[in-house]
Amino acid sequence: MHAFGQILKIETRLFLRDFGSPLTTVALPLALLLVFGLIPAGRQPEAQFGDLSFIQYFAPSLLVITLAMSAVNILPTVLATYRERGVLRRLATTPASPAALLAAQLVLSLATILVSAVLLIGVGRLAFDVPLPRRPLGFTLALVLGTAALLALGLLVAAVARTAKSAQALAVPLFMAVMFFGGVYVPRFLLPDFLVRIGDYTPPGVQALLDAWTGTSPHPLHLGIMAVVAVAAGATAAKLFRWE
Amino acid sequence: MPVIEVTNLHKRYGDLVAVADVSFTVEAGEIFGVLGPNGAGKTTTVECAAGLRVPDGGGVSVLGLDPRRDAAQLRQRVGVQLQESQLPDQLRVSEALELYASFYRDPADPADLIDRLGLGDKRNTAYKKLSGGQKQRLSIALALVGNPSVAILDELTTGLDPQSRRDTWALIEQIRHSGVTIVLVTHFMEEAERLCDRVAVIDRGRVVALDSPAGLVSTVLPEQRVRFRPSAPVDDRLFTDLPEVTAVQRTGSQVVVTGTGDVLHAVTSVLARTQIIVADLRLEQSTLDDAFVELTGHRPAE
Ligand SMILES: Nc1ncnc2c1ncn2[C@@H]1O[C@H](COP(=O)(O)OP(=O)(O)OP(=O)(O)O)[C@@H](O)[C@H]1O
Ligand SMILES: [Mg+2]
Repeated sequence: MHAFGQILKIETRLFLRDFGSPLTTVALPLALLLVFGLIPAGRQPEAQFGDLSFIQYFAPSLLVITLAMSAVNILPTVLATYRERGVLRRLATTPASPAALLAAQLVLSLATILVSAVLLIGVGRLAFDVPLPRRPLGFTLALVLGTAALLALGLLVAAVARTAKSAQALAVPLFMAVMFFGGVYVPRFLLPDFLVRIGDYTPPGVQALLDAWTGTSPHPLHLGIMAVVAVAAGATAAKLFRWE
Repeated sequence: MPVIEVTNLHKRYGDLVAVADVSFTVEAGEIFGVLGPNGAGKTTTVECAAGLRVPDGGGVSVLGLDPRRDAAQLRQRVGVQLQESQLPDQLRVSEALELYASFYRDPADPADLIDRLGLGDKRNTAYKKLSGGQKQRLSIALALVGNPSVAILDELTTGLDPQSRRDTWALIEQIRHSGVTIVLVTHFMEEAERLCDRVAVIDRGRVVALDSPAGLVSTVLPEQRVRFRPSAPVDDRLFTDLPEVTAVQRTGSQVVVTGTGDVLHAVTSVLARTQIIVADLRLEQSTLDDAFVELTGHRPAE
């Protein structure tokens, strides 16, 4: 436990030191929220968003940026790099276990996602009158399950890839798919309906987040799919993961 | 009781037999060398001892413990330097040592270790910015930061410049004087001669010799040559009659007497008795290098 705490401290420092990671996971979505929020039209309710303002409609997609960056891009790349360079193996020669490093990376991912969610919700509320999630329980559930599904996919990439390069090769298309179906590249109201439907079931499940945020209970099937992905990908990753 | 006992160790990777049959023991306080050509199975052997690889056959015991079953206890007491292992790019020297020190019950002082390994002015440098030799020194420091009873060092000084190599040797001798048992995998015969009490030469997964460096040379290549230039003509028979001598050759004015045992003493006694004055007297002995080549058919890798 002591070793885990020390490793978490160092990994947090390394995460912050690597300028790109906090920038893309936390600062970027927040900056986009501010940009869209400062455009007056972004704050007007619109019929095409179901009487929501654009920033409210788009906020869950901003959260998808954090989730995708952290869980399916940074996490697998860091783990595969650590394995390839023998960082995990060296740790295995000490009283600390490489599992402590894996756990620290997961905690770091979770913390990043939590910080970004709190910032997006808080700043949206204070600066642009975006209501707090109207279904807090449903929202928490959707966020937890969506996060779990993406982290499991990230671990699966780390487990399947033998090198840091191949982890990148797998992570990048997955990351782009998550971003695309999460409505980040093109807001979903511009997408054809069938792509939007696919997006509902693509982790982290942006529709469930939007529903719970704006007052409808998230659809059980949307949540169920996230749980299935989390368990299936997580179990496969656990089976395939190698420390060296 | 030996500190490390390896008995009939066998390890395969798929069809490839990396270690066929290796046995040796390492006594307390000893510096034990493991030599052998590339791919001989040295790393596999010591990593089985460190509990990092699982043998397919035979037994390993370290400090009376089983490296797999008693892993938790052993990791507190065995420091390992892996042949190939890096650290995160942005991790700084002092952070790495302090982190690793925090894993152990009774660690060495990281700051002191940094100084002893000549990394004092690099303590705040990121791993990525260290030179190859500095990375190697950090790796040695990490193996020693837990104040281990046993240190397993795989290619201790590979990549170090001659001065750092000598500094590292001095450090290893200090560590040994504090009672640490050391297993050293090396390609440098000079290092083995200087540091090791005993060495095992491994070739194609088997121990082909196990002795002190000097003992190994005298068993494998017992012949020595005495070269000199006599002031007056000498008869070969003067030397061939000696029991130590096996051959006498002449090249120009030079005489080369080859023999075993104390051939130098035998030759100089004869010369003194016959009152022949000689110039350029030289004794040529085989080195560990020569013995290594003789044993494995390879030149030691540089
Ligand atoms: N993880 C592995 N998987 C498959 N084969 C391996 C593995 N590790 C080593 N080998 C093979 O086993 C043999 C022995 O390797 P080992 O690393 O023990 O040699 P070594 O004596 O340490 O060599 P070197 O002096 O080059 O470090 C080699 O043929 C090597 O290719
Ligand atoms: Mg090796």
